[in-house]
Amino acid sequence: MVMKQVMDFTVKANDKHGDNYSLLKLAPVKGSVPPVKPGQFVQVEVPNSKTTYLRRPISINYADTHELWLLVRRAGAGTRSLCDTQEGSVLSVVLPLGNGFTTDVKGTALLIGGGVGIAPLLMLGSKLAVRGVDVQFLLGARSMSDLLELDLFRQTAPVHVATEDGSLGHKGLVTTHPVLQSDEITHIACCGPMPMMKAVAAIARERGINCEVSLENMMACGLGACLCCVEDTKDEGNVCVCTDGPVFNINRLKW
Amino acid sequence: MVNLNVKIGSLTLKNPVMTASGTFGYGEEFADFIDLSRLGGIIVKGTTLNPRQGNPYPRMAETPSGMLNAVGLQNKGVDYFAQHIYPGIKDLDTRVIVNVSGASIEDYVGVCERLRGLDKVAAIEVNISCPNVKQGGMSFGTTCDGCESVVSAVRRAWDRTMIVKLTPNVTDITEIARAAEGAGTDAVSLTNTFLGMAIDVERQRPVLSTITGGLSGACIRPIAVRMVWQVANAVSVPVVGLGGIMNGRDAVEFMLAGATAVQIGTANFIDPQVTVKAVEYIQDYMQRHGMASCAELTGAMKGV
Repeated sequence: MVMKQVMDFTVKANDKHGDNYSLLKLAPVKGSVPPVKPGQFVQVEVPNSKTTYLRRPISINYADTHELWLLVRRAGAGTRSLCDTQEGSVLSVVLPLGNGFTTDVKGTALLIGGGVGIAPLLMLGSKLAVRGVDVQFLLGARSMSDLLELDLFRQTAPVHVATEDGSLGHKGLVTTHPVLQSDEITHIACCGPMPMMKAVAAIARERGINCEVSLENMMACGLGACLCCVEDTKDEGNVCVCTDGPVFNINRLKW
Repeated sequence: MVNLNVKIGSLTLKNPVMTASGTFGYGEEFADFIDLSRLGGIIVKGTTLNPRQGNPYPRMAETPSGMLNAVGLQNKGVDYFAQHIYPGIKDLDTRVIVNVSGASIEDYVGVCERLRGLDKVAAIEVNISCPNVKQGGMSFGTTCDGCESVVSAVRRAWDRTMIVKLTPNVTDITEIARAAEGAGTDAVSLTNTFLGMAIDVERQRPVLSTITGGLSGACIRPIAVRMVWQVANAVSVPVVGLGGIMNGRDAVEFMLAGATAVQIGTANFIDPQVTVKAVEYIQDYMQRHGMASCAELTGAMKGV
């Protein structure tokens, strides 16, 4: 187990993607980024915000020893402040948190992301590809302009796209994309809005495909102490998403 | 040389900084961030006779300078604590204090009876102030009679140090504090969370599954400081101050108001190292102000 720590990071770049997303590229002020697993997350202190109090849990988009990438969607006051962070400013980050996705996968893995939920799948795809897994991405968004990091995904593995307005790829929700009907798929990893994950889980169950989803229940501590972010599981009742998750096999979930 | 020791009943803490129940798990959740032996004490999460699943999600709402929670005393029960948690924390070089909750007097006494066999449980904190459980909990803490009946029953079942945790959701907290003192507690701690509520205005629904919840964080600090000051002037047992302490400065504020020791709660969520930083701050503060012992700091507010 990698030790959790509080580290200061300098914002090296804040790449805006349209009006709603920022890719924050961070570098540690001192030392190196601890080893992280795909699907793990960090808790970032929100700078310059009068209305927020708690850290914000953000999934890790990419990390190596020198760099940590966080893809942030403007959702509320906290993420808005994060998206507006200036290059050169310093953020306090608690990491690495949570369990991460299973990487011991055989056969063909379909990694399904929706909106900003695509963030942790990039690293997962790379890791699985290195392990010799046949990886395919299925990325969904409202519109072409909401599809982030498409080039990076395409460099990693074949990408299927679904947009609700049909501006790129299959028109409709990811759950209606034909690739989901492929008999080759043996494993699904999914991160996105709750209705999407529930729909994917239903398809996976019906077709007997092993499936993991990454939950984003509202958190306070991120450390398993406050018991705020619980998810009701079949085996253990209420468990903390921040420590037992955020990634869950759908067999544990009641939905 | 500054002596940070403080005494709560017959219990000596190496310094006045403890962790508030329900915000620090069983300590191990924070072991990566701090040396737990630097703490005066760890108050582990609310423990009940039987396991509790707590309230349904959502249980949390962020508020200006604070948060509402409605966890509802989720815990695996005292027997699980004794068998699975206690062995892992009993040898920590700090005081382990168990927060005891119940829906009936028999529940409280039952938990104490099971804790009696655990030598390293230095003290209990009797929670008569949880706002998030329908039965019991806070109802014992809102009347003098309710408080007295729980405290005297627990007193008969527990001869080590006992702290009674008071709710601020009353008209006059000093009356309840006096009732607890009269029934034999060694100390009181205050405040628990303030009953609050948040509404999602777009969805026009309550944010919390339980509609109301307990407010904590920096936003409650001035009210908590006022209550600690009032209670410290009303009882002669030690007062443990808590409520929105975000750093060492805030801890000192509570001690100036009359607290013998403090608990840090919600701030642990934002800075997992806040407790140890607060110990260092208090030590430095006492040096700067020429104080040799914490007794000189407790109640040292001037000009009143």
